[in-house]
Amino acid sequence: MSRSVSLFVMVLMLASPALAQDKKSPPRQYGIGQVATPEQIAGWDIDVRPDGLGLPPGKGSVKDGEKLYVERCAACHGEFGESAGRWPQLAQGKGTLASHDPVKTVGSYFPYVSSVFDYVRRAMPFGDAQSLKDNELYAVTAYVLNLNDIVDDKFVLSKETWSQVKMPNRDGFYDDDRETSEKAFWNSKPCMKDCRPPVKITGHAAVIDVTPEDKTPRKGGVD
Amino acid sequence: MTDSNDEARTSRRRFLAGAAGLAAAGATGSALANDKNLPPNVADWSKHLGEGVAVRPYGHPSKFEKDVIRRDVQWLTASRESSVSFTPLHELDGIITPNGLCFERHHAGIAEIDPNDYRLIIHGLVDKPLIFTLDDLKRLPRVNRIYFLECAANTGMEWRGAQLNGCQYTHGMIHTVQYTGVPLKLLLEQAGVKPAGKWLLVEGGDASGLNRSLPLAKALDDCMIAYRQNGEMLRPEQGYPVRLVVPGWQGNIWVKWLRRIEVGDQPWYSREETSKYTDLMENGKARKFTFVMDAKSVITSPSPQMPVKHKGFQVISGLAWSGRGKVTRVDVSLDGGRNWRAARLDGPVLDKCCVRFYAEAEWNGEPWLLQSRAMDETGYVQPSKDDLRKIRGVNSIYHNNGIQTWALKASGEVENVEVG
Ligand code: HEC
Repeated sequence: MSRSVSLFVMVLMLASPALAQDKKSPPRQYGIGQVATPEQIAGWDIDVRPDGLGLPPGKGSVKDGEKLYVERCAACHGEFGESAGRWPQLAQGKGTLASHDPVKTVGSYFPYVSSVFDYVRRAMPFGDAQSLKDNELYAVTAYVLNLNDIVDDKFVLSKETWSQVKMPNRDGFYDDDRETSEKAFWNSKPCMKDCRPPVKITGHAAVIDVTPEDKTPRKGGVD
Repeated sequence: MTDSNDEARTSRRRFLAGAAGLAAAGATGSALANDKNLPPNVADWSKHLGEGVAVRPYGHPSKFEKDVIRRDVQWLTASRESSVSFTPLHELDGIITPNGLCFERHHAGIAEIDPNDYRLIIHGLVDKPLIFTLDDLKRLPRVNRIYFLECAANTGMEWRGAQLNGCQYTHGMIHTVQYTGVPLKLLLEQAGVKPAGKWLLVEGGDASGLNRSLPLAKALDDCMIAYRQNGEMLRPEQGYPVRLVVPGWQGNIWVKWLRRIEVGDQPWYSREETSKYTDLMENGKARKFTFVMDAKSVITSPSPQMPVKHKGFQVISGLAWSGRGKVTRVDVSLDGGRNWRAARLDGPVLDKCCVRFYAEAEWNGEPWLLQSRAMDETGYVQPSKDDLRKIRGVNSIYHNNGIQTWALKASGEVENVEVG
């Protein structure tokens, strides 16, 4: 290749990254790692998407779910999903999201059934994860939906009925918009002098007094 | 009260009694010192042999530093298996967090994984689904990168006003270590992502199976599969043997004990990105996929757990970081944000990494309202808490990067306060 031609190619590559990409040789294959078998993948592939992709075969009724819930869930989440002690609350809270005291639950906040089903499938009951059978998962999810008045007492959850469930807060979310809604925070010349009127202390952490007792010496040494 | 503190107290009493003839405790240094070790006396450790080599095969900090530890706030959560402990930022300097002090956030306790039984599966919209052992991952080309990791809920208890009195508790859900591992891009290239692939599901192998959706573009940009922190293998609390590194993004997506990556064409909307890690605004709607951690800073000393002991010259020390790139400047105010001066950045200034800043000042006992304000290379300036609240209200839990105020009192005591 003559010098002028190679220079030309270089300029072209710099000027047009897309083209440079096309010319690139395929990524190096190191020959490290084995092909994963369908059986291996199936044992771990437990995720479920809002559109139902990933759902296992099976079904479960609200009625079956109630029994399971009482046995396996109620000790922490409360008989009606109201929470026993300080464990997460699973029901109620409707209409509170815009209030001073929002209560986020499956009924008030979760956008999709899959967010419940997928989570229970991988993480619940807390401390005995991945112990529920597929039919039990459908049943207990149906019951949690029923506790939230999202499905009626006769409902049976399955792949077929999946799309009938309408979560109340499904339109409650929007994409991160900080770069537009908080544009004012991009300010290359922040104020340095006399930026505000004299400052008053309006709140004290020591007065609220919720900090754990630790062994750090908090007293100053100055008289 | 601890043994060493008790010791310190008795020795102080002894000192005060025995040294009555001396001008003042201050003349010889610390009031807690034991005079038999001070000149002109010769200390014990100058006369006798100490422990030999390999008596401490894995070294540990001096016994006098035993209160430099992670701490939790027990009323925050129902169980320690799904909870958080905080980095003692007030006791640290520079930018690197020692491995044993990195804050913890688990959802089902610490998984203890035998490295021989570790597997990572990559599947979904790929040409060739693959399974890797830990040895496989260690055989691949590797890189070293220093990044901060901040939990999106760091400072989350402070939305409604000053609550927790100590920067360990207000800001301690952050750590900075050097990771060693494989670029995620290289791993994905081994499997071959199909053109329809746009999102990855990343999943942990612990008993919460924590799963998040990660945009493919970020995965190909700067993510890593890490197996080392600060040179040694990851700590179990940090995901031993393998965790995901997602520079500049909220800690929850840095999945620990990583066992599976699935390539898909849309996000999964798992519980951790719907019920949690969404930011509820005042109107009841919530922002989703707020991955990036905005620029933020905090003065680590003085701070409530690090009161001032002397009048006169003071070094004000703190940390600043931004998930959008490099920190370019940090300003410090002594009067609650009326007037600012530029602090000095010291040590490395790296992309999506903590930087250490210092400001030096004379203090004569007058009240100070200490604040710091970080700026990054995108021009973002850390906002005041009130400016944040004007846009977001007080219900969002996550992403509180507002300016922190510490009140320094005449006694040298420091308190977390809210200013208006
Ligand atoms: C030992 C107590 C315990 C039991 C029993 C239990 N859970 Fe949970 N549950 C928890 C904890 C703790 C969390 C939160 C874990 C976290 O966030 O890391 C949780 C979270 C949940 C959530 C998500 C709540 C939210 O707002 O995001 C759902 C749904 C749930 N559990 C359903 C169930 C179901 C169904 C069962 C029975 C099959 C069950 N749980 C049994 C303790 C328990």
